[in-house]
Amino acid sequence: MEGVLQLQRQLIDYTTSLYNEGFLDDQFTQLQQLQDESNPDFVVEVVSLFFEDSERLLNELSKALDQQSVDFKKVDAHVHQLKGSSSSIGAQRVQRICIAFRNYCEEKNIEGCLKSLQQVKNEYSLVKNKLESLFKLQQQLSAACGSIPME
Amino acid sequence: MGMAAESQFHVLAVDDSLIDRKLIERLLKNSSFQVTTVDSGSKALEFLGLLEDDQSNRNQLSVSPNNNNQVVEVNLIITDYCMPGMTGYDLLKKIKESSSLRDIPVVIMSSENVPSRINRCLDEGAEEFFLKPVRVSDVNKLKPHIMKTKSKDHQKPENEEKQEEEEAAPKTKEVQSPQQQQQQSSNNNKRKTMEEGLSPDRTRPRYNGLTVVSN
Repeated sequence: MEGVLQLQRQLIDYTTSLYNEGFLDDQFTQLQQLQDESNPDFVVEVVSLFFEDSERLLNELSKALDQQSVDFKKVDAHVHQLKGSSSSIGAQRVQRICIAFRNYCEEKNIEGCLKSLQQVKNEYSLVKNKLESLFKLQQQLSAACGSIPME
Repeated sequence: MGMAAESQFHVLAVDDSLIDRKLIERLLKNSSFQVTTVDSGSKALEFLGLLEDDQSNRNQLSVSPNNNNQVVEVNLIITDYCMPGMTGYDLLKKIKESSSLRDIPVVIMSSENVPSRINRCLDEGAEEFFLKPVRVSDVNKLKPHIMKTKSKDHQKPENEEKQEEEEAAPKTKEVQSPQQQQQQSSNNNKRKTMEEGLSPDRTRPRYNGLTVVSN
C-alpha cells in the first residue's frame, strides 16, 4: 500500500512542478479532462503526435535557416505550426519561444531566428523529457493500483 | 427526438493540423456530437457535396453524392482560419454562396486574435469565432446555433419550437447554463491574447455577443 501512496505523492508533486515551472499550462489540464475510460490513451496519443510533429518541424526549421538565402516566410510558416501545436497541448515554454521567433521572422532577423531555433530546440527537449517522465509515473501508478487519478 | 441516433447532431470539423483535429474531435464527441474531420477546405466542400462542377445546384439542405449515395446531413461546420490553399474564410464564403449549404451554421477557429479577421468572418456570416485552443466552454456554445437553424427549417412559431426542444433534449439545458460558462471563464490565456492583440474595437457592440471574450 505504501508503494501506491508514494507513487501518488510523487505524481502529484511532479505534475505540480511542471505547472509551476511553466512547462505546462492549463491547456494540458484540459487535455487530461477530455480523457476518460472510453478514451484512456487520449493524452498520450495527442502528446505523441506533438512529439512527431515537432521533430519534423524542428528539422525543417534547421534546414530552412541553413540556406544561403533564407526564406523567412517559410520559416515563419513552420514556427506558426509549432506554436499552434504546442499551444494545443499546453507546452507553454515552447509556445512562448515561438512567439518571439515569429517576431524575428517578421524582422527578417537571421541571428534572432537562429537564437530562437536553439532555444526552441532546448525547450522542446526539456518538455519532451518531462512529459515522458510524467507518463512513466502514471504507468507505474496505474500498474500498482489499477487506476490513474486524473485530478 | 427520443431516439439516440436522431438526436445526435453532426459536425464537420476542418483543420490542417492533425493535433487540432484530434482535439476538436474529442471535444465534440464528448459533447455527444457525431463528428467528421477533414484536413482542408476543398475536402470539406467535397464532403458537403459542393463540387466545382454543376452538381452544386442542389436544393436539398445538404447532399453528398460521394458517400455511397446516402444523404449526409451536416448540422454545423467548424473550421480553422489559417489553412494552406483554401482558408477558413474562403470556405465560409463558398458555403454562404451556396444555396444548398448557406443555412448550415459555420464557426471559425483561429490561434490568432486579429480583430479585423474576426469581423470579416462575422460579416461573411460566421456564427462565432473561437480562439484556439478551443475549450469545452466553446463547444457548449454550438448547440444553440444548430437549434436556431433547425427551428427556422421547421417553420413553427419560434417560442413553441424552443419550448419543445428545451423539454425534450436535456442536452440543450446543460448548454444553456450560465454558471457553467462562468466557471470556465478562467480563460486567462484567452483574455490575455485579447489584450495583446488589441484594438479599440474591443468595445464595439459586435464583441459583446462573442465567444472571444468569455465572461
